[in-house]
Amino acid sequence: MKRVVPYAVLAAVLVAVPFFFSSYRVGQFTLVGAYAVAVLGLNLLVGYSGQISLGHGASFALGAYVSAILITDAGFPAFATVPVAAVVGFGAGFLLGLPALRLRGLYLAILTLGLAVATPQLIKRFDGLTGGTQGLNVDQPTAPAWTGLADDQFLYLATLAFSVVMFVLAARLVRGRVGRALIAIRDNETAARAQGVDPARYKTLAFATGSLYAGVGGALYVFSIGFVAPESFTLVVSFSFLAAVVVGGLATIGGAVFGALFIEFVPVYAGDVDEALAGVIYGAVLIAFMYALPGGVMGALRKLRGKANQFGRGRGHAQQTDGGGAGGIADAGGEPGGGVRAG
Amino acid sequence: MAEFIETVVDGIATGSLYGALALALVLIFRTTGIVNFAQGEMAMFTTFLAWGLVEAGLPIGLAFLATLGLAFVIGALIERVIIRPVEGGETLTLVILTLGLFIFINSAAGWVWGFNNRAFPNLFGEGNVDIGGVSISVESVGIVAVLLALVGVLFLFFQRTKVGLAMRAVSMNPESSRLAGISVGRTLMIGWGVAALAGALAGMLIAPRLFLDVNFMGAVLIYSFAAATLGGFDSPLGAVIGGWIIGVVENLAGTYVDWIGNDLKILVPLLIILAVLMVRPTGLFGSPEVSRA
Amino acid sequence: MSALLEVEDLEAGYGAVTVLRGVSLQVGDGQVVGVLGPNGAGKTTMLRALSGVVRPRGHVRFAGDDVAGKRPEAIARLGIAQVPEGRGTFTGLTVRENLQVGALSRRDGDVAADIDRCFERFPVLGEREDQAAGSLSGGEQQMLAVARALMLRPKLLLLDEPSLGLAPKITAQLFSDLSTVARDEGTTVLLVEQNASLALKFADYAYVLEAGQIALSGTASELADDDQMRRSYLGV
Repeated sequence: MKRVVPYAVLAAVLVAVPFFFSSYRVGQFTLVGAYAVAVLGLNLLVGYSGQISLGHGASFALGAYVSAILITDAGFPAFATVPVAAVVGFGAGFLLGLPALRLRGLYLAILTLGLAVATPQLIKRFDGLTGGTQGLNVDQPTAPAWTGLADDQFLYLATLAFSVVMFVLAARLVRGRVGRALIAIRDNETAARAQGVDPARYKTLAFATGSLYAGVGGALYVFSIGFVAPESFTLVVSFSFLAAVVVGGLATIGGAVFGALFIEFVPVYAGDVDEALAGVIYGAVLIAFMYALPGGVMGALRKLRGKANQFGRGRGHAQQTDGGGAGGIADAGGEPGGGVRAG
Repeated sequence: MAEFIETVVDGIATGSLYGALALALVLIFRTTGIVNFAQGEMAMFTTFLAWGLVEAGLPIGLAFLATLGLAFVIGALIERVIIRPVEGGETLTLVILTLGLFIFINSAAGWVWGFNNRAFPNLFGEGNVDIGGVSISVESVGIVAVLLALVGVLFLFFQRTKVGLAMRAVSMNPESSRLAGISVGRTLMIGWGVAALAGALAGMLIAPRLFLDVNFMGAVLIYSFAAATLGGFDSPLGAVIGGWIIGVVENLAGTYVDWIGNDLKILVPLLIILAVLMVRPTGLFGSPEVSRA
Repeated sequence: MSALLEVEDLEAGYGAVTVLRGVSLQVGDGQVVGVLGPNGAGKTTMLRALSGVVRPRGHVRFAGDDVAGKRPEAIARLGIAQVPEGRGTFTGLTVRENLQVGALSRRDGDVAADIDRCFERFPVLGEREDQAAGSLSGGEQQMLAVARALMLRPKLLLLDEPSLGLAPKITAQLFSDLSTVARDEGTTVLLVEQNASLALKFADYAYVLEAGQIALSGTASELADDDQMRRSYLGV
């Protein structure tokens, strides 16, 4: 019962946002929602499943273009494209996940890096479908009259709704059998196999699911921006998603939100400080995070909560609620309150 | 036929450039086990420094050498200040760190020099040479010569000097190296310095062919990754040969395969990476441990 | 006579696990001292603490200098060389190069001469001078590891389980060579060994480490005659 109250408060705050902020701000928050979904997908892949992908932007672009093309060429209603983007994303991720099985860590990173680099080129290549360098203008969803909402407010709430669904699904996935299997595989593949868990199946599933989330995020992105072009999906996007995962906190669900906030707002504020220095500040902040907060924002929060708990108990062990952990891949999903073996 | 040979020769020259940056990647991977995603940007930054020196009036040869020295120092400093605190940490932390470095350096260069492109002087001058009926640019010959010289110098460095021996020892067994009294930290600094030097070399040779701008090493990085993957990520020889193969294949594909044309040339290294990782992850000359990375 | 190595209340471990719980011992100049005990007693941890690979608490004085907390490279340069468990051979380097690595921190010019002397002393290594060290047999690699450590011209030589994985005949030869070298060079030796009877044959003095603490100590002959020792470690 105690857990419901914070979530209820959170929900109320989130729903109230579009009524208290400017239209521009609301638009930014809507974008954060789209990014958060994509980042969550990447966290499933990288954090829980331990496979480094630098090509998440490709799936994101795929979802965005699928949605854009269906809306402009096939006259789909906007929200109907979300499930399609999800399915296409899932399929693409599955295809990518198969060769990925044979690659470890850095090699997977390199291959997916290549994919990220190739994405804008591929988009341009198929310009018949994608509109090439010109890009595609997409009609954004508008608020139906009966809601009495402004367009930006409606879009925000719709994105919020989609995001919440995706987050809840992810949380269930991670706390259930699949999540435990992924963590087991990530931590010790041989041991997992010995316990009857098939790494191939789950790792491919992780790729497919991560990609599904990216696809959905891409579709939400299109609603938000109303325009897609190859230049929107460069290497920077993939880098950003990965940065968001780590900044938010590996193997956490909530971290995706913090990560999305990071990649949306830090460049903006950095740009406010000095236009030319924006990237410098962004890079510096990212590096600083790696030193100071390798467990991301969620990791830091957990540590704080752990310290707060120390007043009430003998040992200050932060509770691990999502099967995630503070302090990077190695810690997540570890034994809770494990005893110390006397030397 | 002459066209074919010229395409191949040009491919070898271009491939030498990929090989030079790939050498930098391999050096760092061998000594520290880290894949430095920021290697290309470090090369770009030092190339801009060279440009700045030339603009300030230094003759190109002197600027070239001075830049090599500066690059060494910058590389060593980056290892000491940025990488050292997290060395031996999680793979992902290191990946993000070098990505952050990528963004930082890229933007810093833009801040200092702006985002416009500019021309970079050709070290070897214009003109062609006629070798056996085939016309080859002096520049191409020069590039291959410089690469071979680099490989030669590195070979001597690693095989015949105390510092080189220390670096090989550290890359094999850091703990035993410590027990023998070797300062592992200082050795790693030197490793990063040498790698940055190789990268600067690559940058200064590539810049005349493209325009010098903040992003000019971006695609090159991918090609170099492909070269290192093909050659075996811990093999310097592999980096060079891998580079040549990629350069030649890319050129041939770009010239003779219509579908690829110029836009999709980037697919060539990607497909090669994919093929190598599927068929033989250790690459042509890599050692078995490499595939466990 | 103050000892070359004085260890007082040494504590060390890994993370939350404390392995050494207050170890005190002394090694006199020129002595061969053994540290015996069962698996898991903390013998390897102790050597790692002495070499600075693991950060210790307590006091470690070497030739009067406090070395606890110093970095491994610094400790090695002070004259403490270790032959680690598993030998730590640079398998990709040649035999000669392995020896050269051992001498890398030296500033004098006698390295080449020392290598030649090493090959005289260990002809087997001389025969394999240019072979990759990884291709040597277990006994040869152990010999190489000792030779490599000696290239440092150390005042104190630490050995971690040199007999591990070696046939008895080879081990006996190794220990005999070791004794000769130590005597000739005047090197002090601290030897960690599971094979207690072998160690006691070569040591002057020995300590027994159990569960992170010193349980017994005495001269080699005292320990060899001790009932408890004989029952627990000497299989008699």
